[in-house]
Amino acid sequence: MTLNVLGIRHHGPGSARSVVRSLERLRPDLVLVEGPPEGDPLIPLVGSPELVPPVALLCYAVAEPERSAFWPFASFSPELAALRWAEANDVRSRFCDLPAATSLAWKPPRAPRSRRRVDPIAVLATAAGHDDPERWWEDLVEARGVADEALFEAIGEAMAALRGAEPHDREEAAREAAMRQAVRDARKEGHVHIAVVCGAWHAPSLTGTFPSQAADKAILKGLPKEKVAATWVPWTTGRLAQQSGYGAGVDSPGWYAHLHDEPLDPVPGWLARTARVLRQEGLDCAPAGSVDAARLADALAALRGRPLPGLAEVTDATLAALCDGDPSPLRLVHRRLVVGEGVGRVPDDTPALPLVADVRSHQRRLRLPVTEQPKVLEIDLRQPLGLDRSHLLHRLRLLEVTWGQPSRSLTGTTGTFRETWRLAWDPALEVALVEASVWGTTLEPAATARASDLAWSAGSLTELTDLVQRTLLAELPDAVVHVVAALEVRAAVATDVHHLLAALPPLVQALRYGTVRRTDGAAVGRVVDGMVARSAAGLVVACISLDDDAAADTAEAVRAADRAVGLLATPRHLVPWRAALRDLAASGSVHGLVCGRAARLLLDATALTAEEAARLLGRTLSPGEPPARAAAWVEGFLSGSGLVLVHDDQLFGVLDRWVSLLPEDRFTEVLPLLRRTFSTFGAPERRALGDRAAAGGTAATATDTGPENDLDQARADLVVPTLRRLLGL
Amino acid sequence: MGGDLTDQPVLRRHAEQEFAGELAALAAGDDRERPPGWRLSPWAVVTYLLGGNAADGSNVTAKYLGDRRLMEVAVATLATDRALLLLGVPGTAKTWVSEHLAAAVSGDSTLLVQGTAGTGEESLRYGWNYARLLAEGPSEAAIVPSPVMVAMQRGAVARVEELTRIPSDTQDALITILSEKSLPVPELQSEVQARRGFNVIATANNRDRGVNELSSALRRRFNTVVLPLPATVEEEVEIVRQRVAQLGRALGLPEVPPALEEVRRIVTVFRELRSGETEDGKARVKSPSGTLSTAEAISVVGNGIALAAHFGDGEIRAGDVAAGIVGAVVQDPVADAVVLREYLETVVRERDGWLDLYRALRDHL
Repeated sequence: MTLNVLGIRHHGPGSARSVVRSLERLRPDLVLVEGPPEGDPLIPLVGSPELVPPVALLCYAVAEPERSAFWPFASFSPELAALRWAEANDVRSRFCDLPAATSLAWKPPRAPRSRRRVDPIAVLATAAGHDDPERWWEDLVEARGVADEALFEAIGEAMAALRGAEPHDREEAAREAAMRQAVRDARKEGHVHIAVVCGAWHAPSLTGTFPSQAADKAILKGLPKEKVAATWVPWTTGRLAQQSGYGAGVDSPGWYAHLHDEPLDPVPGWLARTARVLRQEGLDCAPAGSVDAARLADALAALRGRPLPGLAEVTDATLAALCDGDPSPLRLVHRRLVVGEGVGRVPDDTPALPLVADVRSHQRRLRLPVTEQPKVLEIDLRQPLGLDRSHLLHRLRLLEVTWGQPSRSLTGTTGTFRETWRLAWDPALEVALVEASVWGTTLEPAATARASDLAWSAGSLTELTDLVQRTLLAELPDAVVHVVAALEVRAAVATDVHHLLAALPPLVQALRYGTVRRTDGAAVGRVVDGMVARSAAGLVVACISLDDDAAADTAEAVRAADRAVGLLATPRHLVPWRAALRDLAASGSVHGLVCGRAARLLLDATALTAEEAARLLGRTLSPGEPPARAAAWVEGFLSGSGLVLVHDDQLFGVLDRWVSLLPEDRFTEVLPLLRRTFSTFGAPERRALGDRAAAGGTAATATDTGPENDLDQARADLVVPTLRRLLGL
Repeated sequence: MGGDLTDQPVLRRHAEQEFAGELAALAAGDDRERPPGWRLSPWAVVTYLLGGNAADGSNVTAKYLGDRRLMEVAVATLATDRALLLLGVPGTAKTWVSEHLAAAVSGDSTLLVQGTAGTGEESLRYGWNYARLLAEGPSEAAIVPSPVMVAMQRGAVARVEELTRIPSDTQDALITILSEKSLPVPELQSEVQARRGFNVIATANNRDRGVNELSSALRRRFNTVVLPLPATVEEEVEIVRQRVAQLGRALGLPEVPPALEEVRRIVTVFRELRSGETEDGKARVKSPSGTLSTAEAISVVGNGIALAAHFGDGEIRAGDVAAGIVGAVVQDPVADAVVLREYLETVVRERDGWLDLYRALRDHL
């Protein structure tokens, strides 16, 4: 009858190797692994080739799935290695920790797991004179090429010296009592050789003579319980790097996986992979460079007194020898290799996920039946039910579960209180939901996590503004904080005013609808402030050197941005924006179309008096200006509506005079441009203009006392037929 | 007369002279393994650079204030016989570090080639004593060795300053030296082979425009260490303040009261524009095309002092430094002006007590 306690470091590749080697030698008939016993039925799945780490064991309260805990396992996790060894060798294995039913009932939702008062590794490292416990453990245990049970014994002894036999708190006492009870039960069942794989910290409580069974039962008696379900979920290496169910994440899962796969001489292989990543990004990186980097890493390890180069040495060597001291390619290496981009997979016969169940319950509560037949849904956002439905659909869209597609209203209503969706459930969406489970166990936190992640990886400013809208629509206040923060960062360094202009309207839209949607727009408001200021500062420079097509796009963008700024209707936005438009309108080096549009926008906003507009128009139409630019200016100024000409004598006069004074060859040159402009007007407008031109021709009969009264009738008559032709009358 | 002059102390002593005591104390207590040709072990070299205590307990001053990691990489590089390239903007102590490294490793920091556009191959390889060459024909005695050649013969560290200012063709003369560790002398049908301990430390400015980029073949012979700008405002303000005081004395400027607050503002503006975010980390800003190094901050403050002393009321005010700041930031008249204007409107304007600077800068923009 033997009991071997293998005290490990969670997520330690060295521990994983040592565990497997020890199990090979010990050949136990039962392997107990630290973890919630609710996971026992799921253990056989670890032997399936379809289970690809990283994966996590997920336990959640059936009544409230958002109260959940993950136990993530990577390929280099000793626990998973032990379970897989047991499956492969037909040895029984089970989890031996406190049931999740108890730990979940104890743990308030989303609170960090209670921390040990002492970090055992840190105390040992300090005692050994090392300031960095992680690296000390790595040197001593993880980076060892060879390890054996003597190591586990030594670790057990060290921990015993460190913590004494007494557990620190109630939770720890209960957990260790549960582990001992599991050992007793196993013995009762007739197991003879038992191996326990648990965190090194717990090893001393399982060695030597156990306290009486009655004492342990007393500890475990009356602990809170609730109904808990468990399943495997796919995990990502990126999330391994974060805080996890064990209370300790790893900073460099990719490096650990590499140490696990290539334990004997990890550095050359690692540097070769680094060189490949750099080459894929088009960076010049010769194989000779990897050799030099390896030598530098060795020299650094020697200088720092380490037995083998660790990640710190390899990274420093990569920076100096492969990246020419430039840290930006190194960040790429960090993301692609040190953290890694691996995503786990779980077998198809894994039990259903809580996120799926949560979405189903929402669908029932909101009376949205799932059908494959497309169906159109009109939502009134003023009704609580409508608002909830809209949130559900928007959140699902954020998770790439495109059950609903926003569409055009059938009744033609376009009010801000309405939304129209086209709903169709496709079996592929089930898969999408399972994939989305990696983001959370219930819909709202999952969508929040996904949106925050999207925010920080968004490629462009427009993507981000789009995301702001989507998160506001999905009512995810926590995500909005992230998205807006990312947007602030992106907007501040956006070099392209065109992007800023394009991003403004949707943001302002989001701000305005905030009231309907009852979301907090303050954060968005701050970003808008910055964007207006930046757009205004760079507007004129950004509009220089545009060709005709680009000018048309820019003029449209300026118009949309102006409308957005106008909607804000606050002086702190309007003043700098209008000042910028004024500079733009008066600029001689910007494409005429954009200048004209800027002048028109100012005029419409009464930020420009008719006299000023006439002066601008007059200056542009003066002989010094190339007629093509002048015509473009007129197009920008008049496009969409010629009413301004109908109602303003001065402007009409200036334009009229310019046309009539054009030399013939110039006239033929600009005629198509002018025709294009005037053809955009409605027929009544054109008729009014024609009448006006005709009236101008017969100034004597006009009742007004405008300057055209001074017209030379004979000369004016000459213009009228031309204007008529021009206006298509 | 002549005797009097030579008795005068030299203006500046070499590192190995200035810190001879520290080097001796470190060498005496250094029982670690020394790479061939080294005066000290790598551990002792790192201690010499970063400060600490020698084995006999005597104090070793810190020569470099900053990241220990960088100095470790630099020393480890020299120990692996790869050449070391120190990169950084002006004022990041590249030359200083290279001098002290050479002093600690070889006990000699004088094997120096100053790189300029006019540096020829003879500065990196060897030249000829033409009188002798004509009289005796090519011979060992007629060769004028370069500092690099001397370093090879002695097994010492040679220094090349401002490597990227040397024309590319000339730079490539280093390739053979660094990879073959030998320098052929075809005229004598012989070669000079480097002794163990030979290595090269080069420095270069990594943000200067219009320089001769290293060929990738040469670049591969170097491990690169980038020396960063001062990590904190306090550190940088202190550097600027000290250097301005020295400069002011050297130029004989009238005494102007130390305007620490103004220095701090200038350093803050430079740091923020350089790093692309505000010091409090709350907002991002765009960076202009110029370097905005500590050295330029020093010159702006110096300029401001001159203006204040000669044309102002004797105290540095925002108006005295505004022109200097604009001049330093706006290198590209269009793009940089936008950057600065944005920075003014979004950052400077909002900041308490900066209104005078905001107005002064706007006037100059």
